[in-house]
Amino acid sequence: MQETAVATTPDQKSQQQARSTRTVRLEATHGFSRVLSPRELWQYRDLAVQIAVRDITLRYRQTALGAAWAILQPLAFMAVFSIIFGRFAHLESDGLPYALFALAGLVPWAFYASTLQLGSESLLMYTELVSKIYFPRIFMPFGILVAGMVDLLVSSVLLVVIVMVYGIVPPPAVLMVPVLVLIAAAAALGITSALSAINVKFRDVRYVVPFAVQLWFFLTPIVYPNSILNEPLRTISAINPMVGVVEGFRWSILGSGPAPLDLIGISALSAIVLLFAGLAYFDRVERTFADII
Amino acid sequence: MAEFAIQAQELGKRYRLGMSKRGYGTLREALVGGIQRQAARLRGRREDGAGSDFLWALKDVSFGIENGEAIGLIGHNGAGKSTLLKLLSRIIEPTEGWADVTGRVGSLLEVGTGFHPELTGRENVFLNGAILGMRRAEIRSRFDEIVAFADIERFLDTPVKRYSSGMSVRLAFAVAAHLEPEILLVDEVLAVGDAAFQRRSLAKMNEVAKEGSTVIFVSHNLATIQALCDRGVLLERGQVIADGPVQETVNEYLRSLERAANDDLLDRTDRDRRGWRETLIRRVFVEDVASGESDVVVGGRTARIVVEVTEVLPLMDCQMTISNSLGHPVMTLDSTLPSPADVRDEDLGPRLECEVEALSLLPGRYRIDLVLRGNREVQDGLQAAAFFDVEPGILGGRPIPPSGLDGDVVMPHLWRLPG
Repeated sequence: MQETAVATTPDQKSQQQARSTRTVRLEATHGFSRVLSPRELWQYRDLAVQIAVRDITLRYRQTALGAAWAILQPLAFMAVFSIIFGRFAHLESDGLPYALFALAGLVPWAFYASTLQLGSESLLMYTELVSKIYFPRIFMPFGILVAGMVDLLVSSVLLVVIVMVYGIVPPPAVLMVPVLVLIAAAAALGITSALSAINVKFRDVRYVVPFAVQLWFFLTPIVYPNSILNEPLRTISAINPMVGVVEGFRWSILGSGPAPLDLIGISALSAIVLLFAGLAYFDRVERTFADII
Repeated sequence: MAEFAIQAQELGKRYRLGMSKRGYGTLREALVGGIQRQAARLRGRREDGAGSDFLWALKDVSFGIENGEAIGLIGHNGAGKSTLLKLLSRIIEPTEGWADVTGRVGSLLEVGTGFHPELTGRENVFLNGAILGMRRAEIRSRFDEIVAFADIERFLDTPVKRYSSGMSVRLAFAVAAHLEPEILLVDEVLAVGDAAFQRRSLAKMNEVAKEGSTVIFVSHNLATIQALCDRGVLLERGQVIADGPVQETVNEYLRSLERAANDDLLDRTDRDRRGWRETLIRRVFVEDVASGESDVVVGGRTARIVVEVTEVLPLMDCQMTISNSLGHPVMTLDSTLPSPADVRDEDLGPRLECEVEALSLLPGRYRIDLVLRGNREVQDGLQAAAFFDVEPGILGGRPIPPSGLDGDVVMPHLWRLPG
């Protein structure tokens, strides 16, 4: 009996050796360690998928209309704006039907705004998770982003359908849409990860975000065309990444005007800067989340 | 491969006081605080990092844990056990020192963390498995086993918010237990769930330990620790004060409990963290009603356990556990399970009394742990609030056997014998 026991133990040990021999050193860290460590993120990739799946599943669970909400909100705004801004205020719309003009801006904006709002709360919604389990916390805002992109996919398809109902066939430039979505996503992830991190410490974020998003809405050419701005303001305004995205959506789906490649380029750069700045900030404060949440 | 599963060197964790409960603030507070700090600096006062604003939850903690060891982590409330587990599971970072961890860590610091109430049991198994570090394929291959262990087949597609607490605990433990971690960190989870499930989870943990995994286990239940662990580590005020064979460490802990019971209870800092503390346990003692003597009771006589408190609150209740000298719980006295004969007396004053008619304990030394409730909340709780001795006596006309025999309790009984 005893001999058997002795014989099996080293055997089991060697099995374990095969499984994992990586030693992790736990100590006070400095600088960029986690978010910007691809190896760490890769190791937890399944969790990233699970959290995104969770956010997608949960978004419309126990709602009667389900994913229809993704398009209902922009549609409702479109109706209101066409009446107020299109009919009464006679805002310009680059020669397009005002309703389409507004909707093409509202669809990417709805994605952007909801990602900012839900994402900034993403860490606080699951405090017990953050304070009891280790995982790369960036997956929280990231999951919200992915769920938003699924919504955006649905509403973009519907947008194209509505555009075609109006008798407009989207030009080949429609292939640019994924690039525009990536620009919006990069900007949203950068800002939302910074906001969610600040929110852990300062709950003021909760009150600032809705109001800031509303302001931002009017700073973005959604109800008005960017062309009402004079140069150089028109070009400079593209530092707001949503300028390039919204104008890009109109151009690529409605075929309006010349390609706003300058705006898209500037917005893309700005989005990349926002993404890295946001992630860097998140990374810097992530290690203290469990201490203060 | 390293000999050690975990090797810690001078680990320390410092908290800002007042941060642990409510760490977040408002921008206004931060701005005001910042200005005050600047003002203090201008006035020439230096901020001292080691000053009284800080608390070392852990300090100079060093140890090595070999592969396959089962360690019991023992200590009063607030001694730093949970902080240590959180450090080892990477949830928080040490302020100083380091720990090398070799192998996959599975931590079970609170059951059901990572469960989302709106998701179904099935969805939660995958989510929770991923949170604990399992690959999707692994979860899929063990899915049936997990569900069978948790015994929730019928509720797999029900959202977890409709589960009873017992069901979610079982499911959470099942997922964690099937993680096959090389290092398993467990914090007090077995306190929940029914007895049958507790037995099953203990057996499972034993199995995990026997299969060569390293287990670190935190519990107040010394019997469980002794059953499961070979080695015990005793923490006090964030420092390791004993580390050795589990029996020795437990004994050391029991001695420290007894020392603590001699202190003024209001000075104790190891109070139950759930407590709202609108009222505090001031003093606990046991009276022999017949002799009027305190803390010594003759077996078979009526004993009165008195809990003096600082305030009287509405709906006060008390739950006591009496443990023997080995730290094994012997019985529970619980006023939240009322009897029609219980009395609520406005003139009693700031005290609760529990009368035990014919105390049926064998001679020996016993310990009282208690939780005080009021206003529908836990108000206060203390381990080792008091100790008392039981002396040999007579129960139902029959002498109570001396201690040293098996068991702690004697029952009134009658024999029918031939001849």
